[in-house]
Amino acid sequence: MPRLLAALVILALFAAMPEVASAMGQSSLMTLAARILIYAMAAASLNFILGYGGMISFGHAAFFGIGSYTVGILAHHLASGEPLFGIIPGSGDMAVTLPAALLVSGIAAAIIGALSLRTGGVQFIMITLAFAQMLFFFFVALPTYGGEDGTIISSANSVPGLNMRRKATVYYFILGVATVYFLILWRLVHSSFGEVLKGIRQNERRMTAMGIPVYRYKLFAFILAGMGAGLAGALLANFLRFASPDIMHWTKSGELMIMVILGGVGSFFGPILGAAALLVLEFHLAGWSEHWQLALGAILLLVVLGGRGGINGLLARLAGGRR
Amino acid sequence: MILVLEQILNGLQYGVMLFLLAAGLTLIFGIMGVINLAHGSLYMIGAFAGTWVAAHTGSFWLGLPVALTAAAVAGLLIEMLVVRRLYERDHLDQVLATFALILLFNELIVLLFGRQPIFTPLPELFSGSVQLFEGFPYPPYRLLIIATGLLVALGLWLLINRTRIGMLVRAGSTNRDMVRALGVDIRMLYTIVFGLGALLAGLAGYMAGPILAVQVGMGEQILLATFVVVVIGGVGSIRGAFVAGLALGVVDTAMRAFLPGFFRTFMEPAAADNLGAGIASMGIYLLMAIVLLIRPKGLFAPGA
Amino acid sequence: MELRKFLLGAAAVGLLASPVAAEDAVKIGVITTLSGKAGYLGQDIRDGMLLAIAMEDGKLGGVPVELLVEDDGLKPGNGRQIAEKYMGDEGVKLLTGIVFSNVAGATVPDIVENGAIYVSPNAGPSNLAGEGCNENYFVVSWQNDALHEAAGAAATKLGFSKAFALAPNYQAGKDAITGFKRTFEGETVGEIYTQLDQTDFAAEMAQIRAAEPDVVFQFQPGGLGIAFLRQYQQAGLLGQIPMVLSEPSTDAVVLQAVGDAALGIHATAHWNIDFDNEANREFVAAWQETYDRPITYYASQGYDTARLIASAFAQTGGVDDIDALREALRKADFASVRGDFAFGQNQHPVQDWYLLDIVEDGNGSVKAVTNAKLLEDYGDSYAAQCEM
Repeated sequence: MPRLLAALVILALFAAMPEVASAMGQSSLMTLAARILIYAMAAASLNFILGYGGMISFGHAAFFGIGSYTVGILAHHLASGEPLFGIIPGSGDMAVTLPAALLVSGIAAAIIGALSLRTGGVQFIMITLAFAQMLFFFFVALPTYGGEDGTIISSANSVPGLNMRRKATVYYFILGVATVYFLILWRLVHSSFGEVLKGIRQNERRMTAMGIPVYRYKLFAFILAGMGAGLAGALLANFLRFASPDIMHWTKSGELMIMVILGGVGSFFGPILGAAALLVLEFHLAGWSEHWQLALGAILLLVVLGGRGGINGLLARLAGGRR
Repeated sequence: MILVLEQILNGLQYGVMLFLLAAGLTLIFGIMGVINLAHGSLYMIGAFAGTWVAAHTGSFWLGLPVALTAAAVAGLLIEMLVVRRLYERDHLDQVLATFALILLFNELIVLLFGRQPIFTPLPELFSGSVQLFEGFPYPPYRLLIIATGLLVALGLWLLINRTRIGMLVRAGSTNRDMVRALGVDIRMLYTIVFGLGALLAGLAGYMAGPILAVQVGMGEQILLATFVVVVIGGVGSIRGAFVAGLALGVVDTAMRAFLPGFFRTFMEPAAADNLGAGIASMGIYLLMAIVLLIRPKGLFAPGA
Repeated sequence: MELRKFLLGAAAVGLLASPVAAEDAVKIGVITTLSGKAGYLGQDIRDGMLLAIAMEDGKLGGVPVELLVEDDGLKPGNGRQIAEKYMGDEGVKLLTGIVFSNVAGATVPDIVENGAIYVSPNAGPSNLAGEGCNENYFVVSWQNDALHEAAGAAATKLGFSKAFALAPNYQAGKDAITGFKRTFEGETVGEIYTQLDQTDFAAEMAQIRAAEPDVVFQFQPGGLGIAFLRQYQQAGLLGQIPMVLSEPSTDAVVLQAVGDAALGIHATAHWNIDFDNEANREFVAAWQETYDRPITYYASQGYDTARLIASAFAQTGGVDDIDALREALRKADFASVRGDFAFGQNQHPVQDWYLLDIVEDGNGSVKAVTNAKLLEDYGDSYAAQCEM
């Protein structure tokens, strides 16, 4: 029950954000909230394989970027009128672009996952990183979509009945998608599939001995996580109206991982807390001093030295410490 | 022919650079199980400290001990203040902590040295170029780097195979708990290994100074390639780091030098340059992916 | 020396945060890159602006101004976030400062759609110069391609016929080689795209030597350029094969760092420290009095951006009437430190480009000396596609 309460409080906070922001005369809070939602989705998808499945992927931003570029590329071909590869027409319709982003990132995750999951441990970390870097260099070298400079998307994808030119509408759309996404994720984590995944993290051999096809389970989880990050990327492209290789650089994979660790590995709300903490810190520290990275580094260091389980662990200890 | 020879030398030089960094990283990784993202920062610290002294005294050789000392001291401080508290913890906590250290060090360097790159000229003795043989000029400083790298490799080999510390290191990288069970002061060993790794990173940074630009963020640039070397070579294996470092250096250089030309033999020049450059930049990652798919633990993994 | 730098930095930060800025001060939002390898670019742009404001006692064009500055960390998403903060929370109507094209791509469209005005002190990407131009978007520096078109023109003027071109394998690098070839009338015998973060160019040096060109054109900005020039000298190529460079490869910081490895190089620029005009003399003197680091062209662009804004404020008295401000900016009625300056159809500069020689400065270092005018009243190749 307290979890349900927590979820409702979080949802209410996000839902009230545009009103609060305009009441406070700080409309940038809405932008911040939107970015938190999007990054929380991406971080939560990483947490799904990392926290529950024990697969430390250091290339998760690849799928974030693929989702983003799917929207960017479709918009590019809509604007130019030339179909992609001569057959796929461009599109600016959310009903087309979101499923497309899910599909493309899912396929990419299937390929990368099928190869990477043949290794484990540190090697898995590095091989996922390797694939992500290859994709990064691919998009950097691709002149059609602006290479390093990125591609500008003239307007957010359309949704029937919504005025997507209004920022608040885009925000609520993102909130809606995020809510559905986290509901599905909740079901998934608490399904028998989720239980098997947790079992694999704890003891892979035992699960194999029990006759569970571990590789297939892990691969399926990896694909789902890739799709989740792809969806987040698609929303980010719609929100920024811009896609660039910057978001699949290895430092972005690192950032997602930091959000997960900061929030609390393997806790459902951890990624949301982590994304919020990192982005809010960046937002305020950068406004406070040009040497903000010094302060950010110090705070992160204190958090990790101060205790286990990130913010979620800290909250749990605070809540339990009054016994 | 001379071109090929020259590129091989270039590759070797890049390779020993990678080896200097990877040697420390692979030990820290293999023996302590710590993923040290801040290893690149030690490289940067060595480069800045040494170069600053060299620029102010005008002597390349005076900078060298300063670079080594600064990097080693920074390494020891990191070990004692941060990493030591994380040995028992998750890999992920180490990632977060060392990532935080990258941010800290980069910003500290900005505060101390400003945002402009700093530089030192080549030592007199090694400036200009020498004729290795008729019609084959080569910068002697690069030969110095190769020689230094090979000497360090030899020294590490002796250290690991001929000394007591080396024995513990070997034992530690194969079976950590066993060493601890034998009643060895594992803490001391960890500190020594970390300091040694930092020293080598500082050496690499300082040696790179006169060739590259000494600037904030130079560590992250080479960090990834170093990790690739460690993983291809097999975590914990100095020999692996040596072989993989040199191999990667030569392969990377050769791809950059010859791939576009190769594609030009059957493609349009512009497309060939593009494709060649593209594949060359993915090269080391491609190589790592292939190696790991064939040998999931790397080439020379201890205890594998 | 380091202490003094630190104190100056602290003073500059203090100036930013000082309560001296009056209640009615006009806020100008600066989004720029202060961290990482490119940190010195943003720093110089910002300090150029601060200098112009300090020289007018906290005012621009008689209007008290307050400069808000934030680091975008070279992340497009952060740039966008800062812009929203400035516009939404602080009511800023005039923004500037972005160093890199990818940050501009994510940030500028949002700014101009919000009805605010953006004046670029550096990045001038092609996707915002042609069809993507906007009446609220001004570029004081240059259109990206023009930098390299100047280098191509220089190679042609110097009578070279066989060029070897190198650039990093990303968009700006490709634009550089395309721009160079657009104005170079000889043959390009070799092209190499180096890796993004590549700092060791030994392999490329060997290829240059093998190709035997009569000139090398390379675009390696900032730290990469330092590494390239130094290795060019170490490889024994300096003095054997001449080199023509576009401006980002020879900024004052690069020159200071490479020293005699830059001697004899043909540089191109739209501004140089020795330009003989009143505005420039005043700027150079003030900079040298205030900061103990070399003046880069980034600083000159920051200064010019502030002076342009001052000229507009002198006419409008502030940012209350955006239409009037836009008109006033378009007139470009200010004395640029680079001499002639006007806006073209796409509100990018129409200006002169120069050939510079790198010579010894007599103090053991090197300096750039203006040699000749290369291109007069030169705009860019995208202006024609801009319909405003």
